[in-house]
Amino acid sequence: MSRGLKTTIAILAVLVVFGLITLPSLRQAVQRISATQRTEEQARRDVMQVPVSTPTDVKVKAQMYWLSTASPASLEATAIELPLSADPVERSKQLLLALITNAPSTSQRTLPPDALLLAFYLQPDGTGVADFSDALSAETPSGIQSEQLAVDSIVRTLGANVNVIRQLKILIHGQETDTLAGHLDLSGLFSVSPPSAAAAPASPVPDAPVTTGAVKTTTTTPARAPLSPTKQVPQ
Amino acid sequence: MVVLDPAHGGADQGARGESGLAESDIVLSFARLLRISLEAQGLRVLLTRQANDDPTFDDRSKTANAQRGAVFITLHVSSTGKPGTARVYSLAQDGGPPVYRGTGPSRTVLIRWDRAQQGYLDLSRKLAELIQIQMAQRFRGSAETPTTAAVRQLRTVAAPAVAIEVSSVSLPDRTQLDKMAPVLADGVARAVAAFRLVYEAGVK
Repeated sequence: MSRGLKTTIAILAVLVVFGLITLPSLRQAVQRISATQRTEEQARRDVMQVPVSTPTDVKVKAQMYWLSTASPASLEATAIELPLSADPVERSKQLLLALITNAPSTSQRTLPPDALLLAFYLQPDGTGVADFSDALSAETPSGIQSEQLAVDSIVRTLGANVNVIRQLKILIHGQETDTLAGHLDLSGLFSVSPPSAAAAPASPVPDAPVTTGAVKTTTTTPARAPLSPTKQVPQ
Repeated sequence: MVVLDPAHGGADQGARGESGLAESDIVLSFARLLRISLEAQGLRVLLTRQANDDPTFDDRSKTANAQRGAVFITLHVSSTGKPGTARVYSLAQDGGPPVYRGTGPSRTVLIRWDRAQQGYLDLSRKLAELIQIQMAQRFRGSAETPTTAAVRQLRTVAAPAVAIEVSSVSLPDRTQLDKMAPVLADGVARAVAAFRLVYEAGVK
């Protein structure tokens, strides 16, 4: 074996030993950075997402719609005690904040934990407008089913607990967007069932094919023609 | 004519798995294989994209709307759901005023581009049913009946149109999805061939 080769092998051996020694501390540093980022996200939420509290708050059993533990492709109603306002706008905000943050487990979440509710408006005709931060769009798992479940959970939770909302428009950072995360159409309005209907077991719209078996995905349909610019197409 | 739409593409990779699987790549492979199966059934096939580009929703719809008697199938891979299953979607009724239906004598009626699918909901549902039956037979755990959903791509298609979503990019690698591809292609091709009889009778 030549002297040069011996030197190379020796250098490589030293590098390997050095790598093995520094690897654990490197891993710890990466974990620390990840933890710090999470803390920053939490801190941002604490600053931006101020809890909604009003003089008319009363503790009630609210029906929340999160993913079913038995069938993760469907939603199930979970009753939790929440202080809810008599004012429908404040009540809606309280419900949507709880929907984001109070899921019984991470596997039952329908909305990303980093999503913020930026604003909620209610028009006299019963149209609610929920304005979420970009995280709702960026962090909802991409897919028809997952996006549908996210919107369904919002719509059904509002429907079960706020009796004046008839339809809902979802905005992302104040803007109308084409889709939630690449699939589900957000350009229209989603019909909101009144409390009695929303409390019933999940069921598709009356004229839609029924989904049976283990999977019970519920369906939320735009209540009227989508709001995007219209064009004409010859038949 | 069948218009196949491998969803996403270009900078939009669609659903991404932790292992690096990208929806846009997988659906393009699915579409290429499905094209062969459909052509074997005597059907003509057009793809909305042939490579890693990203036409807009409306450009994809335009490809179908420019054909007479077309059928539109958009292909997706989810990031969630039970791996190895497939689900078929047609568009839900939007609650707006009725729209001229796609079959019948009139050829002069104009319909709104953004509601183009509303005249084809029944046919789309029929196509979805036929495909979902094939999927349920081939992929254990798949639903037996299709679902309606507000799928953006379907809204502007003036033809029978469905979305097929396979689960999922969360798999550790492409092996299982690659195994599903020929089975899916065969099932969809059979369903479309069966639907063709119903559809062509209406269009003529």
